[in-house]
Amino acid sequence: MAKKASKKSVKKIKGLTLQFMPYAEIESLGSAERIKKLLQIILKGKVIIIQGRLATEEETRLIEDTMALVGTIKGFKGIELAVISPNREQRSAWNKFKHGMAYVLIGDTEALTVIGPASVIKEMKKDPSKLEIMMSGK
Amino acid sequence: MVIKIITNFFKRIFSDLFEDQKHISLGFYGPPNAGKTTLANRICKDWTGEEIGKVSKVPHETRSVQFKEKVEIKFKGKVLTFKLIDTPGIATKVDYEDFMKFKLKKKESQKRAKEATQGIIESIKWLDDMDAVVVVIDSTKNPYSQVNVTIVGNLVAKKIPVLVIANKSDLKKADIEKCESAFPDYDVVGISAKTGKNIEEFYESVFKLAKKAHKKKKKK
Repeated sequence: MAKKASKKSVKKIKGLTLQFMPYAEIESLGSAERIKKLLQIILKGKVIIIQGRLATEEETRLIEDTMALVGTIKGFKGIELAVISPNREQRSAWNKFKHGMAYVLIGDTEALTVIGPASVIKEMKKDPSKLEIMMSGK
Repeated sequence: MVIKIITNFFKRIFSDLFEDQKHISLGFYGPPNAGKTTLANRICKDWTGEEIGKVSKVPHETRSVQFKEKVEIKFKGKVLTFKLIDTPGIATKVDYEDFMKFKLKKKESQKRAKEATQGIIESIKWLDDMDAVVVVIDSTKNPYSQVNVTIVGNLVAKKIPVLVIANKSDLKKADIEKCESAFPDYDVVGISAKTGKNIEEFYESVFKLAKKAHKKKKKK
């Protein structure tokens, strides 16, 4: 009986590709090139997981460029984007200092950024430390 | 020397007076259907008797930036003049099929989707022209959405004073505390733009925001 129930509730996700992108891969790129690179991957229907996060200006630029593509590329409806970071409040003073120095030197590499096409990801629900990804049923 | 001190004193007094008379460009930003136009309409109705734009249950009703110049707001004996700028809701995706759920025809939905994407680009471009911004979020929804975080992050990067409004506080599902915990570094005021609930606290916060905007203007 239990087997039957689990069979019913688990559905296979067809054609989902997750591409991990280390921060080093985009570190040397300028903002425009960074966004272009991300959009090229997204347009292939892949979900990108970036080690770190984009600058807020880059996030807005990504939204702008995405909006310019909606309606010009068939089936492209936009993106789903979420950033999760560890809770820094619970850290000791020394750890805060250590991570603060790392932030200044190499940027926010502790965060994870998930970006995917809206045709693949239906919704991303973010709570401070948890990310729930709902896949598109279509 | 004494004359110089006196003239400087009067200059400061008069420049402060004139500075106060200059308007503050106050933008309304946020995700679609958070109640930006409803709030802008309430302010405009309260102080000019006219509305700024149309509201609707269908998302992306505001698809181009709309203004109301010289809106004089009085609060506790003080008067400030604002230029209110209501912007289209910012989103990361626009699907015309979502509009069809609101009984819009396919062609009409596609047109609305195209205008909505252009509106989002326009909203982002306008960010630089704001003296202060009211970020309107829907308190019945998850405040941690990346769009909210991105808008606030951008304003901080541009050093534009921000006030977060947790709208729709009249609804059962509203969670003002969650909105406050999502933006611990900012003033968060829970209101209902529709019913006018807590609107006095909103005006008080807007005046505080205007003070910050004036200070920033003076530094320029």
